[in-house]
Amino acid sequence: MRLRGKLQRLIVIPDFSQDFFALFGLRRAYHIDAAKLDQAYHEMQGRVHPDRHAHLPETERRLSMQWATQVNEAYRTLKKPLLRAHYLLRLAGAETDHENNTAMSPAFLMEQMEWREAVAEARAAGEHHELEKLMQRLEKHGGEILAEIEHSLDAKKDYAAAADAVRRLMFIEKLEHEIEDALEALENQ
Amino acid sequence: MALLQITEPGMSAAPHQHKLAVGIDLGTTNSLVATVRNGIAVVLSDENGRGLLPSIVHYKPDGGVDVGYAAQGAQATDPRNTIVSVKRFMGRGLKDVSHIESMPYDFLDAEGMVRLRTVAGVKSPVEVSADILRVLRVRAEASLGGDLVGAVITVPAYFDDAQRQATKDAAKLAGLNVLRLLNEPTAAAIAYGLDNASEGVYAVFDLGGGTFDISILKLSRGVFEVLATNGDAALGGDDFDQRVYCWILDDAKIRFPSIEDTRRLLLKAREAKEMLTSHDEAPIHAELGTGEQVDLTLKIETFADMTKTLISKTLGPTRKALRDAGLTVDDIKGVVMVGGATRMPQVQRAVAEYFRQEPLTNLDPEKVVALGAAMQANVLAGNRAGADDWLLLDVIPLSLGLETMGGLTEKVIPRNSTIPIAKAQEFTTFKDGQTAMSFHVVQGERELIADCRSLAKFELRGIPPMVAGAARIRVTFQVDADGLLAVSAREMTSGVEASISVKPSYGLSDDEIAGMLKESIEHVGDDVQARNLREQQVEAQRLVEAVEAALAADGRLLRAGERADIDEEIASLRKRIAGSDHRAIKAGIDSLNAATQDFAARRMDQGIKRALTGQKIVEFKI
Repeated sequence: MRLRGKLQRLIVIPDFSQDFFALFGLRRAYHIDAAKLDQAYHEMQGRVHPDRHAHLPETERRLSMQWATQVNEAYRTLKKPLLRAHYLLRLAGAETDHENNTAMSPAFLMEQMEWREAVAEARAAGEHHELEKLMQRLEKHGGEILAEIEHSLDAKKDYAAAADAVRRLMFIEKLEHEIEDALEALENQ
Repeated sequence: MALLQITEPGMSAAPHQHKLAVGIDLGTTNSLVATVRNGIAVVLSDENGRGLLPSIVHYKPDGGVDVGYAAQGAQATDPRNTIVSVKRFMGRGLKDVSHIESMPYDFLDAEGMVRLRTVAGVKSPVEVSADILRVLRVRAEASLGGDLVGAVITVPAYFDDAQRQATKDAAKLAGLNVLRLLNEPTAAAIAYGLDNASEGVYAVFDLGGGTFDISILKLSRGVFEVLATNGDAALGGDDFDQRVYCWILDDAKIRFPSIEDTRRLLLKAREAKEMLTSHDEAPIHAELGTGEQVDLTLKIETFADMTKTLISKTLGPTRKALRDAGLTVDDIKGVVMVGGATRMPQVQRAVAEYFRQEPLTNLDPEKVVALGAAMQANVLAGNRAGADDWLLLDVIPLSLGLETMGGLTEKVIPRNSTIPIAKAQEFTTFKDGQTAMSFHVVQGERELIADCRSLAKFELRGIPPMVAGAARIRVTFQVDADGLLAVSAREMTSGVEASISVKPSYGLSDDEIAGMLKESIEHVGDDVQARNLREQQVEAQRLVEAVEAALAADGRLLRAGERADIDEEIASLRKRIAGSDHRAIKAGIDSLNAATQDFAARRMDQGIKRALTGQKIVEFKI
């Protein structure tokens, strides 16, 4: 953006050239103080949000929308654990390369197939309760992987291990979405 | 308008600068206009002291238009030309409208949105809504004694892009400057939250005349954060009337009612429904056109029984909203009831049962949306006082996506994303030398394109010929704070750029709006040219004054060359103001606006910083 280049000399608030952690005044790490993030986010939106500039000419309103859009994107990235882990890997130059790297361990893939079958069966049988139970188990499993990610990123700085865990978590989240869709489909019947 | 006002966000404007702004609840059944007067939100009444304006428009053979109470009587005598519940048609095609069989109108299935053939000509729902809004604007201007700076118009949270665009178009057509489209439950939350200084997670259950919304909001230290919203844009009090109407037909063995009788019986059905909010039974008497007498009694149990499925239709979206918010009913601190239909005891019972607590009804459910909208309008107009420093973070109700191979949708922006939001997705060509690519933008949650709402189709042309897979076409979705979508596409690899912005196909084109505007102006006997010229002159003058004031205050933020450019633009615009070509003036305004863009950004930045540090910055280095 042309504007950004010119404005940098003016201590742009917010300064979008820095990474999202710095933007919100947080340490760059997987473990974050969620309350502090929320507070920094609210404080920043309080300044840049389009509602603050609705009485101004179109130029100012457009700028405000762009700033608020970027603040929302930064917040969402740090708020969601999976996105945050992805982002940290990107900052560390260790992309997950999830679109090309699909090599997962046979044991993991086997487990995935079993999960998938269980979801499909529960969906076909209309077993609302069973789907919710599967969801709970998946969430627990996801939580374990998140703990693994935190350990790899923050304590060991082992980005390869973290990237592997992130890829596994993506499978889990996809399954969770499938269960949500199944639950919704059952409710709509 | 005034660059002058940017300097200190958070500071209150001087009292004499109080700008007139209103909040308008454009409802299915009733509409209201409210404003903040001496710091208190009030509903503005008509000359007879009535706050509600029935959302009814009667088109008469002589070209006259009656709106509100004046049109009420014509419902049964001239149903074809008396439009009720027009909100149900906003941004909708004929196939989307339910109960069409019992509607007395002469529908025309036009491209995009349905039209109504009336004695005063073919009307789009946008025009009918504009007729309602115009009455409210005139009421507000008379009551406040001046021109309005702008208005906040409320829409159901579950309104899709086409419905929002149609609402905004209607407001423009009615001569209103739209400060913001505000979701109805969010408006109610402002009025409720500020009134009660509430903190915690609340559910807003909004059952209006034709729409149902459920929003889950987190209130904390002046921040209203919508966590999730869901609903049904075609479920409301009207459907309860419809059930009673069908029961009447059944019970009184009426087989083919005339359109007049249909309207008459629907009114009787509504009266009965309203009576049952405080009585155990309601008598229904009517004389049909044939002279036949209808004489029935509707018991509350019968009514509850026939409307049970309607009430259960509210619970599905409620469950989904909670799930999307990642919460359970135990997390909900209070449930705010909004909309006239929540007066029905069986609705209150169902909500109490689901949330395991008595819902909050201490604010008038029919006025709370307009009051909240007025509070927000007051803030958006720049009348902010220190205590009014709240922030709204709202979401988009339905996912936005693109059609991919095989008639499937690919979600680009998921539902319940906080707005404003932008997302870009890259695509490539699949044939050698391919120079064009088409896109189909849809909204909805289903996997199949056919089950989603089609918003727009457009084509990107002029892609330089390359081998298949070499082009990089970036499609960007931007949703603004009104929840409105703009899509653009651009080829990234070559120096050549092509981009296009689309307006949803369900909305009206700019030309159509211009045409309607012209028509409505001609209708009141105004000279379009003269009016355009006057408007542009006023606008240009305002801009020149604002820029000059800004230069006087913060000219040091500019380098010499930048300053000279702006001065030149001002001189050029001044010359144009003296002329009589409104288009030239408009071009001059755009040009001055463009020339001051960076300056404006620096001033905003400075203002923000001042507000942040609480002190004035004396020296500024560039």
